[in-house]
Amino acid sequence: MTNLTCKFLVIGAGPGGYIAAIRAGQLGLDTIIVEAAPVGGTCLNVGCIPSKALIHAAEEYEAAAHFAGENPLGISVKAPAIDLAQTIAWKDGIVGKLTGGVAALLKKAKVRTVKGWATFQDGRTVHVDSEDGPVTIVAEKACIATGSAPVELPFLPFGGNVISSTEALSLDSVPATMAVVGAGYIGMELGMAYAKLGSKVTIVEMEDRVLPLYDKDMTKPVMKRAEALGIELRLGAKAKGQAKDGLDIETADGTAETIAAEKILVTVGRRPVTEGWGREALVLDMDGRHIRIDDKCETSMKGIYAIGDVTGEPMLAHRAMAQGEMVAEIVAGEKRIWDKRAIPAICFTDPEIVSAGLSPAEAEAEGYDVKTAIFPFAANGRSLTMEADDGFVRVVARADNHLVLGLQAVGKGCAELSAAFGLALEMGARVEDIADTIHAHPTQGEALQEAALRTLGHALHI
Amino acid sequence: MGEHVIKMPDIGEGVAEAELVEWEVAVGDEVREDQVLAAVMTDKATVEIPAPRDGKILWLGPEIGEVVAVGSPIMRMEIEGEGNATPGETSEVIEAAPADADEREKSGATPSAPESPEEDAREHEGVAPAPAPATSSAAKPAAAKTPAATQTARPAVKPSTAATPQRAVPRPVGEKPLASPAVRKRALDAGIDLRRVPGSGEAGQISHDDLDAFIESGGEAVVRGGSSRMPNMAIDEIKVVGLRRKIAEKMQIAKTRIPHITYVDEVDVTALEELRAKLNREKRDDQPKLTLLPFLMRAMARAIAEKPQMNARYDDDAGVIHQHGGMHMGVAAQTDKGLVVPVVRHVEALSVWDCASELMRLAEAAKDGSATRDELTGATITITSLGAMGGLVTTPVINYPEVAIVGVNKMRVTPVWQDTQFVPRKMMNLSSSFDHRVIDGWDAAVFIQRIKGLLESPAMIFIED
Repeated sequence: MTNLTCKFLVIGAGPGGYIAAIRAGQLGLDTIIVEAAPVGGTCLNVGCIPSKALIHAAEEYEAAAHFAGENPLGISVKAPAIDLAQTIAWKDGIVGKLTGGVAALLKKAKVRTVKGWATFQDGRTVHVDSEDGPVTIVAEKACIATGSAPVELPFLPFGGNVISSTEALSLDSVPATMAVVGAGYIGMELGMAYAKLGSKVTIVEMEDRVLPLYDKDMTKPVMKRAEALGIELRLGAKAKGQAKDGLDIETADGTAETIAAEKILVTVGRRPVTEGWGREALVLDMDGRHIRIDDKCETSMKGIYAIGDVTGEPMLAHRAMAQGEMVAEIVAGEKRIWDKRAIPAICFTDPEIVSAGLSPAEAEAEGYDVKTAIFPFAANGRSLTMEADDGFVRVVARADNHLVLGLQAVGKGCAELSAAFGLALEMGARVEDIADTIHAHPTQGEALQEAALRTLGHALHI
Repeated sequence: MGEHVIKMPDIGEGVAEAELVEWEVAVGDEVREDQVLAAVMTDKATVEIPAPRDGKILWLGPEIGEVVAVGSPIMRMEIEGEGNATPGETSEVIEAAPADADEREKSGATPSAPESPEEDAREHEGVAPAPAPATSSAAKPAAAKTPAATQTARPAVKPSTAATPQRAVPRPVGEKPLASPAVRKRALDAGIDLRRVPGSGEAGQISHDDLDAFIESGGEAVVRGGSSRMPNMAIDEIKVVGLRRKIAEKMQIAKTRIPHITYVDEVDVTALEELRAKLNREKRDDQPKLTLLPFLMRAMARAIAEKPQMNARYDDDAGVIHQHGGMHMGVAAQTDKGLVVPVVRHVEALSVWDCASELMRLAEAAKDGSATRDELTGATITITSLGAMGGLVTTPVINYPEVAIVGVNKMRVTPVWQDTQFVPRKMMNLSSSFDHRVIDGWDAAVFIQRIKGLLESPAMIFIED
C-alpha cells in the first residue's frame, strides 16, 4: 500500500481533468491526477479527435469518388477504394500523438499521474487500484472529472453488431449497411461519414427532425446534404430492437419495419459517469443525473469540485477545459467565477453547423426585442470557389442597443468561425463592432461582416 | 437681407447690468416676431426679451449665467430688409466686445455652448454669409489656432464628464454586466462585483476605464458593504445661475456678515384661530381668505412701533443703520425657480384684510414671474413661513441688509397645563433671528414676547392706541 498526499487531486484525465491538473501544476500546486484509461478522456481517445479524423477520411474518400464521376472541376480519377483498417490505424496514430502529448504536458507541469481506477473513501481520501498495487491518496482539494458515457438502450444493449460511437470509430471495414439510432450531432456526424465511406445508412429518429438542438433554418442544409448522400431519414420513428441482420423499427405511422443493418449505431445521448468511483462515500447534491455545482464549480461539499460532462449539459470538451482551468486557479487561491457569456457548439456534419450564444427564438424567449439577419454563403466569393455555397451566417442582436446575443453559421468548413463568434460575444461586441471590422477578402469570414451589415440594414453584397 | 443686433435692454431703476438666465432659441433657429428669445434677470426681476421681428438667429452672445452690461449686444438676427447693424456699428461692436468675446472663446464655451465640431461648423456657416464678420467668427480662428489656450480652458466643462462615466446607462435589475474577459478578471482580482460598475459602452459594456473610475471613486468600499443595491456613480453638473445664484450670494453675505441670534418661543394661537375661523366664515365674497400671516403682520406692526430698531436696514460698510418709518415686510415665498421675497409695503397703514389681499396678489406675481423689481426689493423686515411644513424650530437667515426675520413654525394641538388639568391648545412656535451686532438679545426677546402677547390675545391687535 502506497500512501500519497497532495494539495490538489483530479479524478479523470479527460480534457477537463488534464487541463485542471496542468494549470494547477503551473501554479505550483502539488497535484495528482488519476486515470484508468490513457489520458485524454473521451475527447482524445474515442470522441472529438478520432471522429474528426474519420470524418476527414470519409470526406476525402467521397471527394475522390465524386471525381471518379462527372464533375464541374474537370478532374478525373479512377474509382477509389478505402482500406478502413489503415484509416483507423492512421487515426490511432493521431490519438497516440495527442495523448502522449498530454502525458508529457502533465509531466512538464510536475503533475503526478496515477494510473488506475479511483474510488473515494471520504471527502479527502481516494483509493486507487493502480497497476503497481493499491494507492491511498489524501488530498486537501479534489476535482471530480469523471466525464460521461454513451447511453445504452435497454432493448438494444451494446455488444455484437449494436455499437456505440466508441466502436464506430474503430471498425475494421466499412459496413455495407448501417442503422443509426438517434439523429443528434454524434449520430449525424458518424452517419454522414459512413455514408460517404460507402455504407447504406438509415437514420432513425424519434423526433420529426434531425439535430433537435438547432433550429430548422440551420439543419435544413444538413438534411439536404444527407439526402444527397443517399442517407435514409426515418423521422418520428422508434427503434424497437435488434432483428436478424437489421433493426426493427416502428415508423411514424405506426407500422413495423425492419431496416437492413450490418451495424446498429446507437447515439441517443451521453450520461454523466456518477457511479463506480465512490460517490456514495461523499455527500454530493445532484441535479437530475449530474452533480450540482455552483459558479465556482464547487459541489455541495467544500473543497470538492466537479467539472465537465459529469456536471451536465452542455457536454463539450471546451467547456470542461475552461472549468478545469478555473478550478485550478481557485484552488491556487485566485478569485474566479464562471462568467462566460458563450460556449460555442459545433456539429461536424456536412455542412458544418456552429452556434454561439442565443438563437433568435432563444433570445425572444429571454424577453429580448431581437434584430436578426442572415448572409448566405451563396453570395460569398470564397464559398463559391470552394463549392461551398450552401448555408449562411446569422447574427442575433438586441434591437435596442445592438448588443450581439448570438452568432450562428451553417456551411462547409464554417466551424472555424466559432473563434470569431466566441470572441465577439465574450467581448460584448455590438453589431457595429463586427460590421466595422475589416474581414479579409476572400474568406468565408466576410459573410459574418455582411450578416452584421445586413442586421444594420445595409449589407453590401446582397 | 440685413442684420439686426439685439442689445441688453434697459430694465429700469438704474440697473447697469443684467444676468442672462435663459436662451429660448439657438443659432440657426427661425423666429417669429414677439417670440421670446431670452430671459435676463436683474436683482430679482426676470425680463423676457422678445424678437423685434421675424428672422433667423445668427449669433448668441453671452453664455447662461453671464452678467452683461445694459446696451451691449447679446444676439444677432438675420432679417428681411435692412437691419440695424450698420457696418460702422458692427465694427464698433467688435471693438467693444473683443476682450469679452476672446475670453469666451478661450473658455471653450461658445455662446450656444456647442461641444461638437459639427455644431461649431454650423455656427460658422450661419455667420459667414452675414455682410459684416460677426464677433464670434472673428474671434474663433484665433482661438482655434492656439490649442494650448483651448485646452487649458476646456477642462471647465469637459474632463469631469470624461472622468466619471456619465453616459453610463443604469443596468436594469437582473441584467448581467457586460465586460470583456480581461475586465472581468481584473474586477474579480480587485474584489469588485461588476454588477455595481456602470458601463459606458453603447450597450452598457464596462471598459477598463469604467473599472478604473469605479475603483478611484471608492466604489470598492461600497461593494464590501454587502448590499445588493447598485451605487449610482453619476455626477450631474448644475450651473448655479440666475435666481439660484442670487439666492446663493445673498445667503453667503447674510451668513458671513451677520452674527445671527435666534430666539424661539411658543405662542398659544387657540384664540387667534377661533377669530380667524370666524372672520373667514363671515367674510364678504370680495374679501380674501385670511391666513395666519396677516394677523402676524399686524401684530409685528404693533411690536415694531414699540421696538423700531427691528425695522431697519443696516449699511454695515458705511456703519449706518437706516431705521425706517414705513414697515415693508418681505414674505418669503417658494416658487418653481426658488425662493423669492415679495414685499408688502407700509403694513403700518394696512388692515388685516389689506394685508391678506396684498399677500395673495404678490404670491401670485412671484409664482408666475410677473413680480416687478419694486415688488421684490426694499423690505425692512422679513417673515418666513412654510405653513404645515414649518417644523418645530427653524434658524432663519436674515434677509441682508435687514436686521430681523420672524419665522413661523407649524401649528399643532398640544396638551397644556391650565389650572388643574391639561387642555388641548393650538400651539405654534416663532423662530426668529436678529442681527446681534445691532440688536441685543434682550430687545429681541421683548419684541417677540410682545408679538406673542398680541397673538395670544388677538383683540389687542385691533385696538387703536
